[in-house]
This record gives sequence, C-alpha cells and structure tokens, in this order.
Amino acid sequence: MSITEKGQAMTANRLRDGAVVFFTRSGDWSEAIDAAVLATEPQAARALESRGKDDERATLVTGVYLFDAERRDGHIRALHIRERIRTLGPTVRLDLGKQAEGLGGAFPAENGG
Amino acid sequence: MYRYDEFDYQFVRDRTAQFADQARRRLAGELTEDEFRPLRLMNGLYLQLHAYMLRIAIPYGTLSSRQMRQLAMIARRWDKNYGHFTTRQNIQFNWIKLEDTPEILAALADVEMHAIQTSGNCIRNVTTDQWAGAAADEIADPRPVAELIRQWSSLHPEFSYLPRKFKIAVTGAPNDRAAVKVHDIGLRLHKNDKGEAGWEVIVGGGLGRTPLIGVTVREFLPQHELIAYLEAIMRVYNLYGRRDNKYKARIKILVHELGPEKFRAEVEAEYARRPKQETEVEERELARIAAYFAPPQFERLPRWSPRFEEARLANPAFARWVRTNVAAHFADGYAIANISLKPEGGIPGDATSEQMELVADLAERHSFSEIRVSHAQNLVLPHVKRDDLFDLWQALSGAGLAASNLGLAGDIIACPGLDYCTLATARSIPVAQAISRKFADYDRQQDIGPLKINISGCINACGHHHVGHIGILGLDKKGEEYYQITLGGSSATSASIGQIIGPGFAGHDVPDAIEKILDTYLKHRQPGEEFLAAYRRLGAQPFKEALYAAH
Amino acid sequence: MPLIKNDRFIDDPWTHVGLEDSLPSSGDIIVPYARLLKEWDALTRHDGRLGVVFTNIDRVEALSLFLPRLALIALPFPSFTDGRAYSLARQIRETGFAGELRASGNVLPDQLQFMRQVGFDAFEVTERFAPEVWLGASRRMSLAYQRGLYRPAGEAEVWSERHRDAEPWLEQPHAG
Ligand code: SF4
Repeated sequence: MSITEKGQAMTANRLRDGAVVFFTRSGDWSEAIDAAVLATEPQAARALESRGKDDERATLVTGVYLFDAERRDGHIRALHIRERIRTLGPTVRLDLGKQAEGLGGAFPAENGG
Repeated sequence: MYRYDEFDYQFVRDRTAQFADQARRRLAGELTEDEFRPLRLMNGLYLQLHAYMLRIAIPYGTLSSRQMRQLAMIARRWDKNYGHFTTRQNIQFNWIKLEDTPEILAALADVEMHAIQTSGNCIRNVTTDQWAGAAADEIADPRPVAELIRQWSSLHPEFSYLPRKFKIAVTGAPNDRAAVKVHDIGLRLHKNDKGEAGWEVIVGGGLGRTPLIGVTVREFLPQHELIAYLEAIMRVYNLYGRRDNKYKARIKILVHELGPEKFRAEVEAEYARRPKQETEVEERELARIAAYFAPPQFERLPRWSPRFEEARLANPAFARWVRTNVAAHFADGYAIANISLKPEGGIPGDATSEQMELVADLAERHSFSEIRVSHAQNLVLPHVKRDDLFDLWQALSGAGLAASNLGLAGDIIACPGLDYCTLATARSIPVAQAISRKFADYDRQQDIGPLKINISGCINACGHHHVGHIGILGLDKKGEEYYQITLGGSSATSASIGQIIGPGFAGHDVPDAIEKILDTYLKHRQPGEEFLAAYRRLGAQPFKEALYAAH
Repeated sequence: MPLIKNDRFIDDPWTHVGLEDSLPSSGDIIVPYARLLKEWDALTRHDGRLGVVFTNIDRVEALSLFLPRLALIALPFPSFTDGRAYSLARQIRETGFAGELRASGNVLPDQLQFMRQVGFDAFEVTERFAPEVWLGASRRMSLAYQRGLYRPAGEAEVWSERHRDAEPWLEQPHAG
C-alpha cells in the first residue's frame, strides 16, 4: 500500500529564463517536482514562503507561491490540475516541457492518477 | 504594405535598447518585479504557466514573406519551433527567456516588427478586417488609418498608464469583419449623403466579464478630425475610468455608469476645450501611408480561369477546399485564399517554423509576398490568381495546411487556456480538439453550414466565447474543469452577446452537448436558414430541452 | 527628498504646508487644493510664491480662477501605474499655465520621459536610484510620433519631420 502524506510545496519561475522551479530540501530550486520539499505543518509552510520571498528579493525567482500537494510512494503530486500542468508541460503537446525532459514526476495531469 | 522609414527604424531600435537596459536592471536587482512588470508587459513579455511568453504585434494582421520567415527563425532559435496566432492578429511564443528577449526584439526590429503595447494598460495593437484591400465590398482600405493610429498610439505619453487595456478596431467595409462593436473603440467607415467618407465612432463595447455592445458617440466624424477626437475620448477615459476595481476598469463600464449621453457630452466638451491644432500634417501623413497600401500590380485577367475550373472538376478534394476556403476578390481572375490553421484534432492557431516558411514561400510565389492573419486564428493569402489556386492547394496539402473548414464547425477559435495560460480556470485546446474530431466529416460540416464555435479558458474571454454562435467558457468547480455553453453570440454587423443555455458540462461531455445543439438546429431549421438565424428565431427553449430534458 | 528641475538636481526652494499647518509669514509655499479653496483670500496676501497640490480626483476647470496667482502645481502619483496625472498635466499646460509642474509620489526613472513629454518639469524623486539613472531617464527615446508634446531630449516629432514643408505656419506651442 502506498503511504500518502499531504502538505504544501513551493513553486516559482526562475527570473532569468522563466523556467518553472520547485523549492528543494537542500534549500535551492529544482526544475523537477520530485525534488520539492513538502511542508506538512502550517509553520513549516510559512517558513518556506518566507524563504521564497528572500529568493525573490535576491532576484533568483519570481512569482513564488505555495500549492497543495501530496507525497505518494516517494513522488510528489500536485492536487490541482493547474500545478500538475505546470509540473509536466502542456497536455496537448506531450513532446514539450518537463514531461518530455524526464522532469515531470510520476503522475499525469488528468485526474485519476 | 507599409514600410518603415528611418524614423520608424530608429523608434523600434531606441525602444529595444531601452528594454535591454530595463531587463538588465531587473536582473541586477535594481528594479523590483512590481516595477518591472508593467515595463515588460508593454513590450509584450508575460510570465505564463511554463515560462515567459512573448506576444508580437502583427499590425492590422498584415505580414510580408520576409517577416513570416523571421518569425519562423525566432521560433526555431529562441522558442520550441512553433508559434500561436491569436484572436487579436498577434503571434505568441510560449517558451521565451527573459535574458534572450532584447535579442529577439532586435531581430524583430530588423524586419520592421515589434512587440510594443501588445500587453499592459495601454492602447493595444489596432486590429482590422483580415480581407482589407482585397474584399469586394470595401469602401476604402482601413489599413492606412490603422497604421496612422498605430503610430499615434505608440508610446503615447499621456495614455500609457490607463485604467486598463484599450483595444481599437477599424473596418472599411459594410460587412464588419473586425468586430468593431465589441471593442473599446470601433471605427466604421461609411459615406454621408454628400458621398463623403467618414467614421462612425463606437465606444464601450467589449467582452470579458461584462460583455457589452458599444454605443455610437459620433455618427460621422470627418477623417481629418480623427486623431484629435480619439485623444478626447482617451483623455476622458484616462481621467474618469475606474481604477478601484480591475474588473470595472474598462471604458465600457465608464460609458455604462455615466450613460451614453453623459459620456458623449464629456467627450464633446473635452474635444471642444482642447486647443485646435492644424491637421494638415495628419492628412499628409495619412496620404504618405496610404501610398504604401496601393493595390499590387494585378494582371488583367479574364474572370474565367479554365485551368482552375478543370482542376475543380477533376479533383473533389480541391473543389471542397475552394468551396469553403476561397473568397471573392475585387480583381478579375484573382481570389482570396484562406489557410485554415485548424486541422482535424489540431491546436487552433498553432503553426510550426516549417509551416510558416512554407506559407512565406507560397505568398512570395502567389500573393505578392503578402500574408494576413485573421481573428479566427487562420492565415490568408489575399491576392492569388485563380490559375494558381490548384498549385497552392497542393503545396498546402503536403504540409497539413489544407483543412477545408473555414467558417464551419471545425474552424474553432480557442485561446491557449490552462495548457499555457496562468490566468486560466480550465483548458480550452483539448475541448476544441475533441469537437473538431467529432465534426471532422466534411459533408456533415457542410450540412450544418456557417458556424462559429469559440472557446475561452477563463472569463477574460480571449477566445471571444460571447460572440461565438456557440460559446464555450472553461471554469473551475472545486478543482475540476467544467464548461458553460452560450448560444446566439455574434460579432458580425448585427452583433449580439450569447446567452447561457443552462448548467455547465464536464469536458468530456462537451462534444456530445454540441452535437445535441446542432441536431436540434438541423431538426428545426427552415430551408437555407443558418444556425444563428435559426437560434434567433427559435429562442433557447428547444436547445434547452435537447440538452437537459430528463432521460 | 531630492528634487530634479529641468534635468538638474536642485535644492527645493518650496515648503509643503499641510491642511492644518500654520502658514509661515513668508517664503514659497505649496498647499493642498482644499486649503486653497478655504483660505484663498489669506493666501493671495501671502508674501511669497504660491503653489498647490492638485489631486487626481480634482477637475482642472475648477482651477482656472486661481491659475494666474499660482506659480507651481504639484500632481501626485499615488502609484506609478495610475496615469491620471498625465492627462491633468496636459490639461493644465493647455490652459497656458507656464509655472512649475511638479510630479510627486511614486515617481520612477522609467516613466520620467513620459512625464516630461506631457509638461512636467520638476520631480520629487527617491534616492534609491543613482543620480545618473535619473538624469539619463528622460533621453531614452529620441523621437515621438505624437504632435504637440514637450520634447526634453529634443525628440524628433516624426510626423512633422516627415512633412517639414507643411510646417512654417505650424509653430508648435511648446517645442521645449
Ligand atoms: S481567456 Fe483566460 S485562459 Fe484564455 S488566454 Fe485569455 S486569460 Fe488565458
């Protein structure tokens, strides 16, 4: 059986190229959702957000926000389709974006995953 | 086509240098994102769901072969080898890097293009009839005036921080193909009793959250007064338009809240109050611009082209394409060839670099190097010899560009939706693809007849769903995408806003719902009656019954 | 707060006097529009030049009575994205007002050229940007398509340049 853990992860766009990135356990930003750190407590989420604001001020990233996610079998899945698409790339061009670069994680955009 | 002179070149080069400096300062941390955002938006650069998106202006929808090739080059070099033609006669690239943008803008400037004011709370690129200068019903080519307005509105210091975006559309023909009644300002050329041409000035139309048809503030404005009068309208809007609520900030709300009479009085008072400038310079400028739009050197050809007629008889697929995609040209022996960017199951408005290059080549060979981009996200070769149509069609067929569905059920307008757009509440493209597949059969589309299906991925209505005969709006219901259907919209001369037909549908149920609507139409229509006319006659009831009757 | 006037940093000779502040006995003062309305008689007797802060919700017509006595009008930008003051500035200049037109509030270098083109000639600015950024800011574009603007960088007025031979009797009102 899979172990599911719910919480919030943090995403942003890298300032210089706009790439979608996720805040990682080691305190930097990765293009792969599976590297994202999952805050399971409100306090941890707030700490995460304030780190994000710091990195915005340091002009590393822009448009930082938290989104609901869960960890299943060691992989991170965004709960809303918007972030699943962000994580993967356009659902109508499977040849493009993270899904085509092996960075998209383990879950499809469409529900049922 | 309009060509830049030394001033126009200098202008886009200055602007590119200015943006390069702003981008550098942003990356160095000297500008905050809040300070930088309006600056980049006014240069067409958005931050979207996956990356930056660059929206490039195609003024009044006209492109040369050289420009189209440069767009293909940009797509290949700095994006992912494709671009998306929008409902506002622009092209968007979806995978742009901020640090590459100055170079891209410089590449655009080289071919007399830019991304100025394709976003932001300023006067956006002016749109017009995609058949301008070729349509048989035209009073005058609206593009010289559109170019005059483009120049006047570019970096206008007074009107660059308006309450909200501002869109102007111009038409020179009685059959309105520019949707002038649903723009912030619509200009319609017509003739008065004395046979002089002048502008009907329509203000306060628009779609989005509050769809409204514009009101006429001047029945007949002489050409030489146009710029000064536009300044008066813009000033009234800039001063009194609402800034407290972004959803009430468009000029349509001001017109609505003041009432058309009061609004008109404000504009006329402002117009009368301003010191009058001589307008000879504007008139000369317009004449200078108009010279660029002189019709190309058409050959004197017979109206009847045996080559064309034979090919049409011998090749049913070609005949089908001609029937749907070819329109009348004013010059004998010529035709307007429409290239549908809506292949069965395709992404509306997308074209690859290779397709862009092919169209550029074909325009060079067959259409005086001229290409148009339509509001329906299609391309147009405006001046093709009837003799050449068969060759053209063959070349298009080989590149997946010969879909025979212009103006039919398969010619669906769709915004990028949640697959790309950060504001979206639901996806648009997959819905368009599913409908397109369901109605792929040509005979079925022909039987249904002229139909506009428009899809938007959120209330911002970039897919113009309110003016689709069938409009589809994607919404979010507790994290699930669902779709609201409206019927009876139109942006044509007798414009109307579509009415919501009832509760929404899940995405996979939309194609069936559309089918029920169309079956109802087929059942009730009178001979020769098109969908829109039938809906207007029948009202919503039979369609409601078909969609929601208890099973 | 540093002040730029006509492309130079200068010491501000003006003093802002609020609604409730007591009037100084002399000196150049800038008062809110509300105070102008309330104390016009006293203010006309003031020993020193008179300026007013005119806000975005006031109508320029209302100012016409006072204009001959005013040497300065300040228009605040509550946010740099609020563009009402551009139209107010032009309306004020169109009345023939030749005194100082000052931009205050959220004034940033990237809008400075626009502000000068509509008739502002003085700017209350922040120290966040280097002086050379401020001073270079109104020379970014070397031309403008619109007619009848102020031209701080000697911007070419494109349409007039193109049709120079139509010009002699078309003296621009303020080819600054
Ligand atoms: S309608 Fe909404 S989803 Fe579609 S492009 Fe416009 S803003 Fe994006």
